Amino acid sequence: MADVTLSHLSKSFGATNALTDVSMDIPDGAFVVLLGPTGAGKTTTLRLIAGLDRPDTGDIQIDGASVLKDTPAQRDVAMVFQQYSLYPHLTVRDNLAFPLRSPIIAMPEAQIATEVQKVAEVLRIAHKLDNKATNLSGGEMQRVSIGRALVRRPRIYLMDEPLSSLDAKLRADLRIELKRIHAELGATFLYVTHDQIEAMTMATHVGVLDRGRLVQYGPPREIYENPVSTYVASRLGQPRINLLPAATFPGAPPKAAQIGLRPEHIAQGEGQPATVRRVEHLGDQTRLHLTLGPHDLITLSDAHTPLRPGDTLPIQPRNPLWFDASGNRI
Amino acid sequence: MSAYSITEPSKASKWVAGILVTLYMVITLLPLAWIISTGFKTGPDSISYPPKVIFSPSIEGYVNLFTDRTRATPEQLATMPPPDNFVDEIVQRRGEVVTGPSRFGERFLNSIIIGFGSTALSIVLGTLAAYAFSRFKVPLKDDLLFFILSTRMMPPIAVAIPIFLMYRQLGLSDTHLGMILLYTGVNISLAVWLLKGFIDEIPREYEEAALIDGYTRFQAFRKVVLPQAATGIASTAIFCLIFAWNEYAFAVLLTSGNAQTAPPFIPTIIGVGGQDWPAVAAGATLFLLPVMIFTILLRKHLLRGITFGAVRK
Repeated sequence: MADVTLSHLSKSFGATNALTDVSMDIPDGAFVVLLGPTGAGKTTTLRLIAGLDRPDTGDIQIDGASVLKDTPAQRDVAMVFQQYSLYPHLTVRDNLAFPLRSPIIAMPEAQIATEVQKVAEVLRIAHKLDNKATNLSGGEMQRVSIGRALVRRPRIYLMDEPLSSLDAKLRADLRIELKRIHAELGATFLYVTHDQIEAMTMATHVGVLDRGRLVQYGPPREIYENPVSTYVASRLGQPRINLLPAATFPGAPPKAAQIGLRPEHIAQGEGQPATVRRVEHLGDQTRLHLTLGPHDLITLSDAHTPLRPGDTLPIQPRNPLWFDASGNRI
Repeated sequence: MSAYSITEPSKASKWVAGILVTLYMVITLLPLAWIISTGFKTGPDSISYPPKVIFSPSIEGYVNLFTDRTRATPEQLATMPPPDNFVDEIVQRRGEVVTGPSRFGERFLNSIIIGFGSTALSIVLGTLAAYAFSRFKVPLKDDLLFFILSTRMMPPIAVAIPIFLMYRQLGLSDTHLGMILLYTGVNISLAVWLLKGFIDEIPREYEEAALIDGYTRFQAFRKVVLPQAATGIASTAIFCLIFAWNEYAFAVLLTSGNAQTAPPFIPTIIGVGGQDWPAVAAGATLFLLPVMIFTILLRKHLLRGITFGAVRK
């Protein structure tokens, strides 16, 4: 249980700047989700906090004390790697027990056995405990790797896309499980994901990274509803936000160059006539692919919509987001 | 219609492969079989012409290998007590008496101490060096690695005279330590290069995971890297042992009374009245055993192959 402060962190690998001047306050018990495309610096941030890499400049404080000189073991963090990194020469049981047997924790074997059993049951791998770590499916490996972090009570949990290779049902279950663990332990989590549902449902804070810079940091609703730029707006939302030239619709404020329309910003039934290009029934939602003049846009509609390709549907914006020429929010 | 598969070889090609392997095996194992059988022949059988493939086995060769003997006249033999063990019996039947144990046992023990000692030292130093070269930023890494390799670019015997003089000055001539250091020096470059290859293959993520799990780097090395490098360590150890075990030239040059190994000793086994081929063959047979046993013991690690699968690529 700890708060983390990143101040002006920069890190480059050779000629590439992985992180540039990142500052972030992570309060005790927060669940921070880092969003951004590959190469945005999400994993680098986790590695710097874990102590696997050293920042070029800047400071990392855990519980108010700088940890820059501490080894990863001294920092007392747990990390779930994107590549599961299970010890291939050990069984699942020994993999889970590995952190508890470390000289720092050195838990008695009897207690280790109970702890390992408990975690294995939560993650539903109890029947695989005596398997070799290499003798598991991808999803099982990922669960063991999560288990290796959960078996301890570290100050911070760092998780790098921990649910990425699980099937949809297990992913939903573990999402709830992680959220429950977070609530129960009150632990501080730093969590990297590409998955919008994970970000929206689990996070207390979302940080959006763009080429090594932290462009927006705040509660998930704020990131979704008040994005500072087109870049941030594109990170969240399914289907993605539609970005059209501001002049497409009347009423653009001065200096506006682009209008951002999420499905809820598009009122159907009145306004400019758009042509329905394609109707996608996804089960839980129905997506409409529309053509408005030279522009394509995607919105949602009623699950049982009678619309068919070729139909005309008038649309108009409702409380849209406006952006200037460099993509910043107005 | 016959099914065609690119992974399963056809019956005919399996036969051809089988015949080729058998032929190769016969060619390579024939000299070995001849040496082993000569060890169980009597002196006359071993040099008979045409060579005897079928003979009545005898352990005379082994008895001669382990004993020093001298010829005795029938009168002398008559004065001696009757033989009370099979060694004396075999020797006296030929009109000889045992004067004491031969030095073979001692030489064999020297070979074991020097061979396994230098192998162990090469592996310990080689593994640590290979790990450092594989994981850390070592200044002038490539140059150092090339320098290590360059020690293998000439036959070791090319530096025999400087080493001979150096060893005499340092008092290392004819010592076990001297021979262990010498063979380690020759083997270390092989060990570093081979092991670096194996350690490079072990993803760093395992160590990083161990560091975060509360271990120091050295503990991570011991608990995570070493078990996964077992395959490489086993095969490197076999290579090192084979070199140190078989080495002849330096052993002839640098060892004599004290630290002489088996290879220079075996050819000097002279029987009473001529070269004692069965004893030489018996010595050669026994000499083969340790490397063979060592290889069989490590075979499990050799066959287990490189670990794979627990890191998602």
